[in-house]
Amino acid sequence: MALRAVAINPRWPGGIVAGLVLALTLGTLCAVGLRADFLAGLGVADWAAVRFTVLQALVSALVSCLLAIPVARALARRQFRGRSAIITLLGAPFLLPVIVAVLGLLSVFGRNGIVNNALSAVGLPEVSIYGFHGVVLAHVFFNMPLVTRFILQGWLAIPSERFRLAASLGAPVGRLLEWPMLRSVLPSAFLVVFLICLTSFAVALTLGGGPKATTVELAIYQALRFDFDLGRAALLALLQFGICAIAAIFAWSATQRDEGGAGLDRAVQRWDGGVKRDAIIIVLAALFLLLPLGMIVVRGVAGIPELTVDIWRAALRSILVAVSSAVLCTGFALALALRGGRLASVVGVLPLAASSLVVGTGLFLIVYPFVNPARLALPITMLVNAVLALPFVLRSIGPAVAKVEADFGRLGTSLGLSSRVWTWRIVLPRLRQPLGFGAGLAAALSMGDLGVIALFAGDAQETLPLAMYRLMGAYRMEAAAAAALLLVAVSFSLFWFFDRGGQIGAQDK
Amino acid sequence: MVLKINNLSLVQGDFSLRADIVCDAGVTAVMGPSGAGKSTLLAAIAGFIAPTGGQMAFAGREFTDLTPAERPVSMLFQDNNLFPHLTIAENVGLGLRGELRLSGQEKEAVAQAIVDVGLEGLAARKPAALSGGQQSRAALARVLLAGRPIVLLDEPFAALGPRLKDEMLDLVRERLIPKGQIVLMVSHDPNDVKRIADQVCLVAEGRVSAAKPTDEIFENPPDALRAYLGDMG
Repeated sequence: MALRAVAINPRWPGGIVAGLVLALTLGTLCAVGLRADFLAGLGVADWAAVRFTVLQALVSALVSCLLAIPVARALARRQFRGRSAIITLLGAPFLLPVIVAVLGLLSVFGRNGIVNNALSAVGLPEVSIYGFHGVVLAHVFFNMPLVTRFILQGWLAIPSERFRLAASLGAPVGRLLEWPMLRSVLPSAFLVVFLICLTSFAVALTLGGGPKATTVELAIYQALRFDFDLGRAALLALLQFGICAIAAIFAWSATQRDEGGAGLDRAVQRWDGGVKRDAIIIVLAALFLLLPLGMIVVRGVAGIPELTVDIWRAALRSILVAVSSAVLCTGFALALALRGGRLASVVGVLPLAASSLVVGTGLFLIVYPFVNPARLALPITMLVNAVLALPFVLRSIGPAVAKVEADFGRLGTSLGLSSRVWTWRIVLPRLRQPLGFGAGLAAALSMGDLGVIALFAGDAQETLPLAMYRLMGAYRMEAAAAAALLLVAVSFSLFWFFDRGGQIGAQDK
Repeated sequence: MVLKINNLSLVQGDFSLRADIVCDAGVTAVMGPSGAGKSTLLAAIAGFIAPTGGQMAFAGREFTDLTPAERPVSMLFQDNNLFPHLTIAENVGLGLRGELRLSGQEKEAVAQAIVDVGLEGLAARKPAALSGGQQSRAALARVLLAGRPIVLLDEPFAALGPRLKDEMLDLVRERLIPKGQIVLMVSHDPNDVKRIADQVCLVAEGRVSAAKPTDEIFENPPDALRAYLGDMG
């Protein structure tokens, strides 16, 4: 019965954004569907790609979850100096450009890496990081920390009284308190990781390949870039969409809202032992994350003289794309949040299920007849990145918009504020913090993107991740490491810059 | 010029309320148990809840179907009456026409309203730099400046201490009533009501009963009021 509390919210910008997102996700799918070469059908290699895609994602998600449990458990019950630094470190892989992490992993687990050098020193055979286990390793590197944070939240959400009660009763903490918590947290964490691993093109591009380790996305890329077989690329894109859609439907039904990592700085007080084991687990987890990053720094600094003008140009291009993408993305998110309603919430999660390669293929098919796709590489990358980051940014600003509406919607309505005054003078100033955080997130994600750009770019449109990939392909590892260092530095700086910008002057609560 | 609420019916889920009241210039207190629908009644008059039937009119002109901003109504809420990131002058100025850019003349009117409520020299401050009582005064300055004939007070002074609250009620009496405004005030406190209200409306058991003069209703309280007040009356 209540009227819309905030009738002065502007609705049309959200409508336009919704249309744009639908066009980019479902519209490109139509383009793909029209062009797909159904007659040729799927070959043996294609089915192998489907199997590999699903299998590596399943194993990656499973391993990430299994490893995350002891790490989260150790962090949940120990209080020590540097604990909050480690929890912050767990958040870092989300912002870390994939290609940088891959290079870091290569320098630890690759040929001439720390591990293989150690193995050959004691006369053991070397391990190869390429192929199935390399892809899984990289995915675990990215997602184990994510799952750890999910589970840690679950652990710390158990009221401490219950642990005291269990201790005083001598009851088994695991079966009574921990298992029910894990059972509610793990399925959604598993599905989220599974979905992420289905669409992580950059990992497959760098560590996969060959008949045994090609994902569907990689096959799309090869069909488009090397064979220029548009019909086959389109058919594969349809296939990829189907896989993602099925996984996304499962994930939705199991996902709950995450609480944003608030209050992770306290430890659960417990009365069961295992201090030494917890310490070892925490050290191992920290090493797993820090070693590859450390190697990037060490090798990168040495390689700085090898940075050519081309690399710096690529870096500038990347910054341009990332900043524009961040501005676009926060604008999109704000428009959707203000519009509200079912359409906005559907549109807000749709990009999570979209594969940038599928979107990219669709766009390629649409623009190809009219213009050389390379010329549109940067604007398209910017737009696609903005749309793909939308769910994360919306998650950051959605609740803040809802709070402004709840607190001031009636006041603004009764004062007769115009949509313009309401949006620019009331809502925006109160949203500085989440907007800054969201923009930082979008900028960092776009900075590290190696997806659509790989489909479109020629030499003149290289972004920093693409330039770095090409350096790696040419075995110029020193220069690649220096580019990686630059890329990481710029990504985190952009995030810091936006996030800080949102906090300055936001004290007038 | 009276506010006339005729056969108004409000339904929200299981809850329903009927109102038939007439208010003259002066203060009408709205009393009744928690959850009886006092705030709902005010929200309906302000235009935040659409009635399922009936009419509301001021000075013979119906406003049942107007938007909140088009109604001859100003409202003060329980909290969040000021935008925290705007200055006191900007907050007060919004009462004029929902704009932040004001003409020189309008700025003078804003400054005068701020002086009128006793906040001289504080116009450039943000609300957080003011005490609770001063914040209430600033909100009241905006209501004064808006000059709308009907003012709804949904317990905006509830968080203030007794002395500050009395001050605010006196300020309402002093500044609003001489201008002939109709004030509808939700209250839990019989002392407040006796201090400032000319008449009382009782909200209980799904009905808003017609207003009665304050002295009369406290001398001879109806059952619903007696049950609500206990020994306090």
